[in-house]
Amino acid sequence: MNSANGARRVTSTVADPRFQARLRRRYASERRFQWIGRIALALGGAFLALILGTIVANGYTAWQQTFIALEIHFDPERLDPEGNGSEDALLAGDYGGLVKAALRKAFPEVRKRRERRKLQALVSPGASFYLRDMVLEDPSLVGETRTVWLPADDDVDMLFKGHIDRSAPEGSRRLSDRQLGIVDALAARGAVEKRFNRAFFLAGDSREPEISGIRGALVGSALTLLVTLLLSFPVGVGAALYLEEFAPRNRWTDLIEVNINNLAAVPSIVFGLLGLAVFLNFFGLPRSVPMVGGMVLALMTLPTIIIAGRAALASVPPSIREAALGVGASRMQTVTHHVLPLAMPGILTGTIIGMARALGETAPLLMIGMVAFIVDIPHTPFDPATVLPVQIFLWVDSPERAFVERTSAAIIVLLGFLIAMNGLAVVLRRRFERRW
Amino acid sequence: MSTVAASAATPAFVPDRPAGAPREETHETVGEIHSPSARITVREVTVWYGEKIGIENVNIDIGSNEVLALVGPSGCGKSTFLRCLNRMNDIIDNCRMTGDIRLDGEDIFDPKLDVVLLRARVGMVFQKPNPFPKSIYDNVAYGPRIHGLSETRADTDEIVQRSLERAGLWEEVKDRLEQPGTGLSGGQQQRLCIARAIAVSPEVILMDEPCSSLDPIATARIEGLIDELRQQYAIALVTHSMQQAARVSQRTAYFHLGHLVEVGETSQIFTNPRHTLTEDYITGRVG
Repeated sequence: MNSANGARRVTSTVADPRFQARLRRRYASERRFQWIGRIALALGGAFLALILGTIVANGYTAWQQTFIALEIHFDPERLDPEGNGSEDALLAGDYGGLVKAALRKAFPEVRKRRERRKLQALVSPGASFYLRDMVLEDPSLVGETRTVWLPADDDVDMLFKGHIDRSAPEGSRRLSDRQLGIVDALAARGAVEKRFNRAFFLAGDSREPEISGIRGALVGSALTLLVTLLLSFPVGVGAALYLEEFAPRNRWTDLIEVNINNLAAVPSIVFGLLGLAVFLNFFGLPRSVPMVGGMVLALMTLPTIIIAGRAALASVPPSIREAALGVGASRMQTVTHHVLPLAMPGILTGTIIGMARALGETAPLLMIGMVAFIVDIPHTPFDPATVLPVQIFLWVDSPERAFVERTSAAIIVLLGFLIAMNGLAVVLRRRFERRW
Repeated sequence: MSTVAASAATPAFVPDRPAGAPREETHETVGEIHSPSARITVREVTVWYGEKIGIENVNIDIGSNEVLALVGPSGCGKSTFLRCLNRMNDIIDNCRMTGDIRLDGEDIFDPKLDVVLLRARVGMVFQKPNPFPKSIYDNVAYGPRIHGLSETRADTDEIVQRSLERAGLWEEVKDRLEQPGTGLSGGQQQRLCIARAIAVSPEVILMDEPCSSLDPIATARIEGLIDELRQQYAIALVTHSMQQAARVSQRTAYFHLGHLVEVGETSQIFTNPRHTLTEDYITGRVG
């Protein structure tokens, strides 16, 4: 009776058309959900590809730069009129004059003053620095004549990279008809060439795109991150250790925990304002320096490190602590010998992710003056500097067409560093992941 | 008494105990709490977790060369009691304790007493084998190193070998001392933990259900080991297995809802319990 009853009930449920319909609906909703997920993934992937594609497409041309070959006569009259060969004299030499003379010699038919000026505008104003560096490196060049590849002006560079429309009316073109003719003549002589853009990696910022580079920003970023790491890692790990391993659980530690969690969500510009008010205005620290930038970013990174550190410490099983305490290790020994080493991969992962965030941070640094136009490459944390994301911000704001590709190229470099840092975090996690 | 024993054999239809039957209300411990060769004496110990009482008014001795089995249903306070003996409860935030525990006459809650030294004298083996994620050698050598028991590498080698031999693990691991302790089987890990505990030459060993995660063969090895260790140490053993208590212990203490209900010779507790709660438990009616 019982089993017959049960059997009838089972068949009746399955055979019920309403059950079948419900079952179909359940499967349909599952399929629907999966498709929504796939579409979301595809959309995300497409946008990522679009962003990266645009950046790379805009930026890859910046690896190359147009150079113009000129017969440069290193005229002793212009470089070292007193003939004493001292470094000071060579530093003060009229290198711009060498370029002008070389251009005049190459195009003797250009006579009018205005036209000559246009001729000179084809070569970068930074060319004189190239020549100066050459001479300083090898003073025996004075008096010689050499063929030197000098960076072309950014307008010429843009012309050869296809960003200037020759068919546009002369008035709305950056290069005049005459200049185009000269450039074409140079190209016909084989005196125009695209070469690897060393300046982009070796030079500091400049108003002239063709001689501007990211080195200053890179060094600034490195110095800032170094300061951030040195400040936030020991303090963050110490705070995490104390809170997780030693502090009593009471209202005060609860309050501290809530505050740390809230700090992690505070907009970064607020930290910048704090840095401006406290570090610059109250303590009178210098503006625009990586030291202060690092301090501000350390404040911003601290909550991340503390939270990651506490999570890593909490994930060390209590049995390990009991084992150590059980053989008579002190709490400090338990922590330093067992808990901390086991939590280190997690702490380092959190730190690297915090550092990666700090590397990409712009807003707080604007507040403390790291947005200034700085040509010199910083050498210590107390030299004025800017950082990569701020450099990108500055370039994107510049009107010259040639800064477009440089902006994208700088973004590529920044993304490269970010990917490398996050990759390192993944490697660390994989490598030191332990099972208990 | 005999009627109760008879009814215990057929537990399914036992009517509830008659209302007039003696039921302890005073929580006085029944049986002989004293031991002639007491190493640890526990008097009027009460432990609170916040407002909740963990164990209340426990009085018992643990003698040398004996295994004291602590039995009782889950949550009755066996582990709480055990963790009082080496002050492991210190690390639980809201845990408070009153009363007096003496190890060889010394008050272990004396503020002048160093808890690190106490734990070197009172070793502990935990429910789940918890070797450090280090090599087998380092697991055993860790205690002697931090206590400065071994000056040279040769000393350490000797302590490691002796401890592993005593724990019955030496033959199995002597060729792979540098391999991680976590790579051993469960029973080997537990013996490694015992070796780690005895490497610091304790006087008392506390074991908190050391066999609960092991198979019967590994359990038998550990039980044999406990019996050997008894020759040198006083051992307090928490167990859920009545058979284990009967096999390895000399004295048994029965805890019930935070009270130490009965203490006595193991043979007496299992054959002739005096307290009705003990009897209910060991005959399988409670717990």
